[in-house]
Amino acid sequence: MTLETPVVVEPQRPWKATPRELAPTGYLLLASAFASWAVVAATPMKGKLAYAFLFFVFGTASLSINKGRKLGRSAAVDSIAGSVAMTGAFLVFLPVASILFTTIQKGVKGLHWTLFSQTMFTASYSDPISKGGLLHALVGTLYLILISVIVSVPMGILTALYLTEIKGPGSNFIQFIVQAMSGVPSVVAGLFIFASIIVTTPVKASAIAGAFALSILMIPTVTRTAQEVLLLVPMDLREAGQALGATQWKTVATIVVPAARNGLITATILGVARIAGETAPLLFTIGGSDKLNWNPFKDYQGALPFYVWKGLLLGTPESIQRAWTGILVLLILVLVLFILARTLGGRKMKSK
Amino acid sequence: MNSFDSSNGEEMSIDSAAQTNSLASVASAHTAARQPGNAPMGSGLEARGIHAWFGKHHALENVSLDFASGTVTALIGPSGCGKSTFIRTLNRMHEFIPSAAMAGEVLLDGKDIYSKGTDVTKIRLQIGMVFQKPNPFPSMTIGENVLSGLKLAQLKMSNKEDLMQECLERAGLWNEVKDRLGAHAGGLSGGQQQRLCIARALAVKPKVLLMDEPCSALDPGSTLRIEDTIGQLAQTMTIIIVTHNMQQAARVSDYTAFFLSEGGPGNMIEVGPTNEMFSRPRDQRTENYVSGRFG
Repeated sequence: MTLETPVVVEPQRPWKATPRELAPTGYLLLASAFASWAVVAATPMKGKLAYAFLFFVFGTASLSINKGRKLGRSAAVDSIAGSVAMTGAFLVFLPVASILFTTIQKGVKGLHWTLFSQTMFTASYSDPISKGGLLHALVGTLYLILISVIVSVPMGILTALYLTEIKGPGSNFIQFIVQAMSGVPSVVAGLFIFASIIVTTPVKASAIAGAFALSILMIPTVTRTAQEVLLLVPMDLREAGQALGATQWKTVATIVVPAARNGLITATILGVARIAGETAPLLFTIGGSDKLNWNPFKDYQGALPFYVWKGLLLGTPESIQRAWTGILVLLILVLVLFILARTLGGRKMKSK
Repeated sequence: MNSFDSSNGEEMSIDSAAQTNSLASVASAHTAARQPGNAPMGSGLEARGIHAWFGKHHALENVSLDFASGTVTALIGPSGCGKSTFIRTLNRMHEFIPSAAMAGEVLLDGKDIYSKGTDVTKIRLQIGMVFQKPNPFPSMTIGENVLSGLKLAQLKMSNKEDLMQECLERAGLWNEVKDRLGAHAGGLSGGQQQRLCIARALAVKPKVLLMDEPCSALDPGSTLRIEDTIGQLAQTMTIIIVTHNMQQAARVSDYTAFFLSEGGPGNMIEVGPTNEMFSRPRDQRTENYVSGRFG
């Protein structure tokens, strides 16, 4: 036996393309960009859209031909499919990024501290932006979300449990109703609460009436997402629970729901996302006050979407600035709520 | 000198017999090891005239089997012969399938578990089950999994720690998990998860334990450990095990029942002491199956 010098083996990724191998792709894309510019310059096709379209066509074709020459026909088709999928993903990303960018760009100019300490009670929407604030709307939106969650999440999850676990009488009909409900135009939800509650009962326009209208939109979202999540829990676990002598309710409460926990939090988040920016259902139901109101059960209430709507409606530069800032605050609020829900919901699982 | 020679020759012949029919010899050795004199605990289970249907499909026809207390019975047969369906009628898991129907009686200590007014959760508490695929509860820790039956069936138990240790020891898992009882069960290997499921089934102290191909997803090492566990458990309970592995049936069981479906519904062809089933089955089809000629 001879002593060998120990060979140090470096971890490698032979399946990754080296910069040298990536270079042709870069050249081809550059060439495509140049070709689109040349075509736009030489032909009547004009505009940004023409650039984008031609670049997509040239890029896809040249990359595909390049792949096809090296690896054959199936590789060429694979390359086309890859380019189309990537373009699709980019097209989805574009409006989202554009909305976020525009909101931040326009909204950030109106941000100042008194926004969160003052209301519009003593100020007018066309006053300089440093006067007045949106505290009343922030409080109103928080109340609306809170009450909607309290109403919709238990109802939505219980309905989902009935449909997936109990599968009792009327399941098909309820499923149909839930689907139909998720297609209800949001303004109809507001009108319904206005006609059925505000006109006929002592409950007048207030945060709770608005929350009821929002719940009509939120319940089907929560139900359908919760259903999907509960169906992902393997049947084995339900059988295991029942084989241990548990009643169905015990199995659902101790095994199925905890196993679906993260997904149920997602269902809640999607439900909140559905309602947080809704304006139409609030038009008839919250009164749209400019005054701070801590009582969610009585008197007119403000809300962030309502504040935005009022600002846009007035149309002066100051009021439109207020609207942009209102949207930015709403976006930040929803983001904060999502992060809170994720961390609070995920914490128990991680710490163990 | 002469007698020594002849005894030697006898040994030789026994050896060669054992080689030609090794399954039977394993079976007889196993049965001999367990003394029938040891008064077994557990309860007897008696299936009488069991039929099962899925919708219109008649899956199982007229199966009657006695499971004496403290014995291990293996159910063997090719796929689709109704073994799993049969075992699931024994603790009323069959009725989970929406289109399922059945006929017949299953007597636990002489009482029909299908009679009106029977609390099905009490039945399942006495007749536990281990499934083909390990299915520990993912939201619970290892320790919580073992005790989950108590929580699920709302049983009161004073010293839970002792029970947890006892069940894990009996399932042959204690030494591997004693330092991480608070870890999630998903981190265990497949074999460990299956032994955890056995420990979980033991914690509610069933009188009968049904095992539906408990080792089919496991490696040989884990399979052996579970077979050891079955041997030990048989001293205190009645065990019925479905298996596709005939060596396993020979190793662990006292009795073997052979199921077969010949196009129509599944039937129980033959039942008998395991060593007889593997050495001299009465039915030609059993002979063909245990000798590996089909299935």
